[in-house]
Amino acid sequence: MEWMVLSPEEWTAVRLSLKVAAAATVVGLPFGLAVAWALARGRFWGLSLLNGLVLMPLILPPVVTGYLLLILFGRRGPIGSFLAEHLGIVFSFRWTGAALACGVMGFPLMVRAMRLSIEAVDTRLEEAASTLGANRAWVFATVTLPLTVPGIVTGLILGFAKAMGEFGATITFVSNIPGETQTLPSAIYTFTQVPGGDAGALRLTLVSIAVSMLALFASELMARRASRRLDVE
Amino acid sequence: MTLEVDIRHRLGSFLLEASFAAAGGLTALFGRSGAGKTSIVNVIAGLIRPAEGRVLVDGEALLDTSRGLFLPPHRRRLGYVFQEGRLFPHLSVRQNLLYGRFFAGAARRGDGLDQVVDLLGLGALLDRRPARLSGGEKQRVAIGRALLSAPRLLLMDEPLASLDEARKAELMPYIERLRDEARVPIVYVSHSVPEVARLASTIVLLNEGRVAAAGPTAEIMQRIDLFPLTGRAEAGVIIEATVEDHDEGYGLTSLRSRAGRWRLPRIDAAVGEHLRLHVRARDVMLARTAPADVSALNVMAGVVAEIRAGTGPVVEIRLDCNGEPITARLTRYSVERLGLVPGAPVHALIKSVALDRRSLGGLGRAGRHGVAGDADAGDA
Repeated sequence: MEWMVLSPEEWTAVRLSLKVAAAATVVGLPFGLAVAWALARGRFWGLSLLNGLVLMPLILPPVVTGYLLLILFGRRGPIGSFLAEHLGIVFSFRWTGAALACGVMGFPLMVRAMRLSIEAVDTRLEEAASTLGANRAWVFATVTLPLTVPGIVTGLILGFAKAMGEFGATITFVSNIPGETQTLPSAIYTFTQVPGGDAGALRLTLVSIAVSMLALFASELMARRASRRLDVE
Repeated sequence: MTLEVDIRHRLGSFLLEASFAAAGGLTALFGRSGAGKTSIVNVIAGLIRPAEGRVLVDGEALLDTSRGLFLPPHRRRLGYVFQEGRLFPHLSVRQNLLYGRFFAGAARRGDGLDQVVDLLGLGALLDRRPARLSGGEKQRVAIGRALLSAPRLLLMDEPLASLDEARKAELMPYIERLRDEARVPIVYVSHSVPEVARLASTIVLLNEGRVAAAGPTAEIMQRIDLFPLTGRAEAGVIIEATVEDHDEGYGLTSLRSRAGRWRLPRIDAAVGEHLRLHVRARDVMLARTAPADVSALNVMAGVVAEIRAGTGPVVEIRLDCNGEPITARLTRYSVERLGLVPGAPVHALIKSVALDRRSLGGLGRAGRHGVAGDADAGDA
């Protein structure tokens, strides 16, 4: 069973992947919720443009998305240089860049799940809340948001799972630096490129499967608990 | 409390053009489906913003398009009980009840949770989720939730419409108590004659987006010219009567009104209690001479006051029985055969078992209020 034990380098890749995926989903959540809200309820010019923009990473080849990120968020890119200068946030060849790439790739899935559940909220309940004295912010916080929780959970888990598996955009944007940007898929890819790397690739593949199964299981459990609380009539 | 509504609003091809005022008690917005009742309540609540008009509560404008004023729903301090309850599914009954109370703020809190729970009989339901409640229980919780937001006015949009007859009968006494005890004026949307006959102190009769008539319930219900709008099948007068005695042997209750003595199957009411009795015009039979050997227990002597014949076979007649109006629906054939003309003396016969027990309700203090300021017409 010796071959089952992960080497320190492999552990590093696993830990990094978890960190990157967690950061991508947690930071992505408020943006995802805001965009999902706008798409579900918004009535403004450019709605379909926003929708297209959000769905883009789903349709474009990941390499293209990664390259666009490199152009925009790279050290000399218009957004990247601004963020580096004013906020001290650097993306290129850092784990933060990997998180950005993973977040962008998972964003459409996250938004879609949240949007569907916001659309499913009965606006008549929101009207009822407003007649009881709740202003728009309170209505959102006490009625819309709690009723959207199942969709938010699903969105988070989908986003996390996508982030764990993201490869193309990440390796294009921030390369494949062990300990910094080498996530699970990148590490597996590296193993397959060197002679005798089969065992390592297999070990990491098993870890990858285990994490995905766990995420799915957790999402099922939470969705079931949430829907039991709401008691579909 | 005074409510003034004067609005014009187009909804597709439907033009809402309504103007009325209401005082305390329970004001029924009454009319057929599509008459614009719910739209008016939604305008009052601020859920619809009309093209033109004003809504004033106690002189304070909630809406005045001429001044560009529109108060959003959450700042109007009105309670709204919707037809389908609209309880929050993610909150318990207790949390639902306290929802509006939280926003009312400490200063405006009226009745406490305990009082409202008592009034509506919600004690056993507090820890349940809305999904575990029956239709009638849901509506009671919805009423409690609206009451606890300390509203100046309670809007109720067909709160009984989605319930079966048994649940309606179960909920109506609560609405009566609300009218008589909670002291919150109510605007009540309904298309049901038994409900309005039993609950309303004032009727605003709507037809195709306009106010066809408004006034104290008894006054509107006796007008045979309005029968096409009040719904011919159920239309009829409201008699205000006092419980005289109970005949336990035959299981009958006697009531006394100005027209005379009424007997009906035993009801649960104390002797001396004032009740309103809804007598449907279609249940009233007329005879020229005092009938002998007839099974009907209620025979009232009177004279024909008004006859309204349409083009069809049916004629509506209003009688004056010692100052109390009773309406009857007869065939034109019978009217001609009996030679009924205004002023003719007649006897009205009403089967005891035909008396509409669903609409038999307490008179309530609120029965004394009204648009015209005088609902005492039926009292001796």
